[in-house]
Amino acid sequence: MEILLFGITRDIAGKAKLTIPTGEDLQTVGDLRIWLGQQYPAMAALNSLAVAVDSEYADDNTFINSVSEIALIPPVSGG
Amino acid sequence: MLIRIVEHIDLSEAPAYLGSEETGAINLFVGMVRNHSKGKKVLHLDFEAYEPMALKEMEKLGLQAKEQWPLYEVAIIHAVGHKLPGQPVVIIGVSSAHRDASFEACHWLIDELKRTVPIWKKEFYEDNSVWVNAHP
Repeated sequence: MEILLFGITRDIAGKAKLTIPTGEDLQTVGDLRIWLGQQYPAMAALNSLAVAVDSEYADDNTFINSVSEIALIPPVSGG
Repeated sequence: MLIRIVEHIDLSEAPAYLGSEETGAINLFVGMVRNHSKGKKVLHLDFEAYEPMALKEMEKLGLQAKEQWPLYEVAIIHAVGHKLPGQPVVIIGVSSAHRDASFEACHWLIDELKRTVPIWKKEFYEDNSVWVNAHP
C-alpha cells in the first residue's frame, strides 16, 4: 500500500510517497492514522491532517487497500 | 464551468470565458503574492496541488455556487509552482444577470477554496521558509 504525501507531510517524511510495509495490517483510515502517529510524531503536531481515499476526503471508518489511491492532506493554504 | 490548474495565470482568460450578451455582471477576484507576511519580507511562494482532487473540489464548489445563486457561469483558476511578489496565483470569476449574486458567490468561492481545496503554499523569507497554516 502506498500513501501520497503533500506539503509539510512530504517534508516530514523526506519523500513524496510512503510504502506501508507488508505485514502491517492497516484496514481503515483510522488504522493508518495510528500507524503514522507512531512512525512520524511530527505529523501528530500539525493543525490538522486529513486523509483522502480515491481523491475524496475520507473519515476514519473508510476502508483502505492496496488499490485505493491514498493521500495525506495537511492543512490547506491555497489562494 | 472553467476549472483549471495552471503554471501561469492569464488574467484575460476568465473574463473572456464569462462574457456573454445575457450577462449583466462579472465579478473577478484575483489573489496575488505580496512581498510581506507577518511583518517579514517574502521572497517568493511555492504552490503545490494534489491535482486530481483539487480539480474535483474546485468543480464541486462551482456547482454549489450555481445552486446557491442565480449564476450564468463560474471560472476558478489556480496557479502552481514558483510565484513572485506581484504575480497572480488564483482567479475566481462569476457571471450573473445582477451584481448582488456575482459579488456574493465570488466571495463565498474564494473563502471555500481556501478552506477545502488541496493546494499548499510555502512562504520563503530571507532566513527561512514555512508551510502556511501547518502549525498553530
